[in-house]
Amino acid sequence: MTSWLLPLLGGLLIGSAATLFLWLNGRVAGISNIVGGLWSSGTGDRAWRWFFILGLLAGGVTLAAFHPEAFGDSPSSLAVLVLAGFLVGLGARVGNGCTSGHGVCGLSRRSLRSLVATLVFMAAAMATVYLAKHKLAVLSAGITSLGAMLSLCGADAWTGQGWA
Amino acid sequence: MKQISALFCGWLFAVGLGIAGMTKPSKIIGFLDVAGAWDPSLMFVMGGAVSLGLFSFAWVLKRRAPVLDEKFVLAEKAAIDSELLAGAALFGIGWGLSGYCPGPALVSLVTGNGSVIAFVAAMLAGLGVGQWWVGNKR
Repeated sequence: MTSWLLPLLGGLLIGSAATLFLWLNGRVAGISNIVGGLWSSGTGDRAWRWFFILGLLAGGVTLAAFHPEAFGDSPSSLAVLVLAGFLVGLGARVGNGCTSGHGVCGLSRRSLRSLVATLVFMAAAMATVYLAKHKLAVLSAGITSLGAMLSLCGADAWTGQGWA
Repeated sequence: MKQISALFCGWLFAVGLGIAGMTKPSKIIGFLDVAGAWDPSLMFVMGGAVSLGLFSFAWVLKRRAPVLDEKFVLAEKAAIDSELLAGAALFGIGWGLSGYCPGPALVSLVTGNGSVIAFVAAMLAGLGVGQWWVGNKR
């Protein structure tokens, strides 16, 4: 199987789901806005949001049963994942969209706003991976040596020996 | 009916994400790693979705209203403002750090993996803080 066939098929299914949702429900299938709308007060009709999320989970169950290799762990540590999750949620709410809302639906609507958002988050994500993967050795060596120096000074200050 | 169609669309969306490879954080990071062993195959995900959407959305939006509701609910804002840029940048940093964006993270909850649960909990907190921040400004 060529490496681009499944991504293309998956992309067409995602596009079909977004089209169907716009055609039937008249709404944009932007995941962060569907979930984030649960936090906003005053939107009376939120049952459909829960049903969409339930559908996502049902899709997960289907994948686990028939295509379990779809899932994989993140290489990042728990602390980094928590920070990342917070940034993803905050950024999606403030920027009013994520990969699905801006990247799929917004581009499909030919929205310039969504095109700019998509280019910005792709660039930021690529820069982050570049720094984390290729510069982290330098960065962490720097932090470790800085930490060692600080702890040495700290220990000295604590015992008073360094300052005598 | 609106609930049932939301359920089905969510299901189809999730299956599409899984088949596309979007629920594999290491694959996402490989796609974002343009300076390393770059895996460009995920370009076909957005490419496939958008090349369909460019035609299908225009066709759907010719209607006066959706099938199951009275009107279309679409973002009407056109301004490219600092909130859009800052939000997208923060989102991108989080996406790059983890390899998860909101949809795939929610779908991956079914694995029961603690790190995904922690990511989603933090994401919900971030959405809540963002909502509070955006709401306070208006």
